[in-house]
Amino acid sequence: MKILVAVKQVSILDDEFEMRDDGRGVDADFFEKDLNEFDHFAVEEALLIKEAAGEGAEVVVVTVGDDEADDALRTALAKGAERGIRVWDDSLAEVDSIAIAKVLAKVVEREAPDMVFTGAQSADFGHATTGMALAGLLGWPHAAVVSKLDFVPGAATATLHRELEGGLEEIMTIQCPAVLSIQLGINQPRYASLRGIRQAKQKPVEELDLDALGLGGGAVTSASRVRRMYAPEKGQAEIIEGTVAEQAARLAEIIKELRGI
Amino acid sequence: MAEILVIAEQRDGAFRSASLEAIAAAKSVKGGDGKLAVAIVAADPDALVGDVSVEGVDEVIAIKAGSNDFQPDLMEAVVAALAEARQPALIVAAHGVDAWSYAPVAAAKLGFGFASDVQALRYEDGELVATRAGYAEKVRVDLDFPGKEVVLVTIRTNVFDPAGGAGAPTVTAMDAPACDVSTAHVGWKQPEDAGGIDIPGSDFIVSIGRGVGDESKVEQFLELADQLGATLGCSRPIADNGWLPKARQVGQSGQLAANCRLYIAMGVSGSVQHQWGMKHVETIVAVNTDPEASIFSIARYGVVGDMFEIAEELENHF
Repeated sequence: MKILVAVKQVSILDDEFEMRDDGRGVDADFFEKDLNEFDHFAVEEALLIKEAAGEGAEVVVVTVGDDEADDALRTALAKGAERGIRVWDDSLAEVDSIAIAKVLAKVVEREAPDMVFTGAQSADFGHATTGMALAGLLGWPHAAVVSKLDFVPGAATATLHRELEGGLEEIMTIQCPAVLSIQLGINQPRYASLRGIRQAKQKPVEELDLDALGLGGGAVTSASRVRRMYAPEKGQAEIIEGTVAEQAARLAEIIKELRGI
Repeated sequence: MAEILVIAEQRDGAFRSASLEAIAAAKSVKGGDGKLAVAIVAADPDALVGDVSVEGVDEVIAIKAGSNDFQPDLMEAVVAALAEARQPALIVAAHGVDAWSYAPVAAAKLGFGFASDVQALRYEDGELVATRAGYAEKVRVDLDFPGKEVVLVTIRTNVFDPAGGAGAPTVTAMDAPACDVSTAHVGWKQPEDAGGIDIPGSDFIVSIGRGVGDESKVEQFLELADQLGATLGCSRPIADNGWLPKARQVGQSGQLAANCRLYIAMGVSGSVQHQWGMKHVETIVAVNTDPEASIFSIARYGVVGDMFEIAEELENHF
């Protein structure tokens, strides 16, 4: 039994930043990187299923990213995933989510997992695209924004909840294997233990380039292109200055005025 | 100008009004001689034709399916069939949870241009350009779609004013294409009983976010809201942690503060999902230790400071 979890090392932009000279991106100096918040839940869901399944079950984490993305894999390995796969090629630096899905589709074909999980979206761009595009390319069953999952490895179908607008959930069954995008709150992601963090350093991370996946020669094309990127006009609140007492007094005044007290 | 196709949606037979925003987005790039068609898939699509027959819609394609169940496979087959039959240059849907499940799938399978969560559409020198946000709303990105004959976009909700006015579209009836489906509807789980908490109906909401930090600190804000005559709301992490019931959650996966006129956000950073539920409120006050929190960019008044200190002082005034 194998679950493949596709994760993303997201870019967290500093509050002050500068655009690149070409106007199509942000200067790389202004980023911090971290494992996508949604992916913590996807990894946890896979680990819970693995632990319930017992011996011989495996969680594999895959990411498409440069060597900085190793940290994302190590985070997942420290929590208990067995091994990692990192795919990179400099030609992937500017591609979109659909192109990333094309790369992941080849990894899924290689690994032949019983389930594929992704986060419901990424915290930086929120495309909510990669996982479902991957399903489309594979021709696999799929469901987005999964907030509850009942999957017994080996079963032909799983039962899940899709979290819809307004707190409504739809309960549905889905044929397996499937690609599911996992919503926040489906579980309580664990923190890695110190022992886990130590062990993660010894766990295998396979590095693949596009040729290794049969995707050389410009096979990985995007569905969109960044024409320009820019900082939006920001609205700015009128900042209430002063001591805490003065700030609260002004706030009380605003409340009373608007409430007609 | 080629045809624009909007995929409207229903849930359990009820029309999804976000589809009217998708129609408005489509109309924003419809040329004078362009044609706008709206497709709706349902067990009884005729019952929904009136909902999408708004000004600017030239044709409604009423697609009869075996049930009202949402089947991603079926929606993808519908998109494929309509793209083949109509050759639209642009296909538009609302960026809701259903579209999350089928739009990227259809785009990837069919080789379309694709952009999700789009806030604006326009043509620049004959090229379609879609604007969306990036890096947690800190930048805007203009996307184009070189070499793509068909582009599929999903439209962020609460950006476009819903299309309205009476239209007189022609109606074309069609059977849903045959396809294998890999999901089956089992049932619905309604949101837990609100227990008298009424976020949509409240005109004054005090809302707490991650900044509250600890479950033991929540009680004082329930008391503060009570004292102020406000309803206490919260952001998603607070509800996910079980510190407050889901009925208090403001945002895309929670409640829309539909009637709120004063919203005080304390320790709420202001994610897109949270903003979805409260951005429209006339007077927003933000209290946050982080002067760069995105909540300040939509607030009318801001206090850069400690939510606990402010709360404590505020109580003395009521």
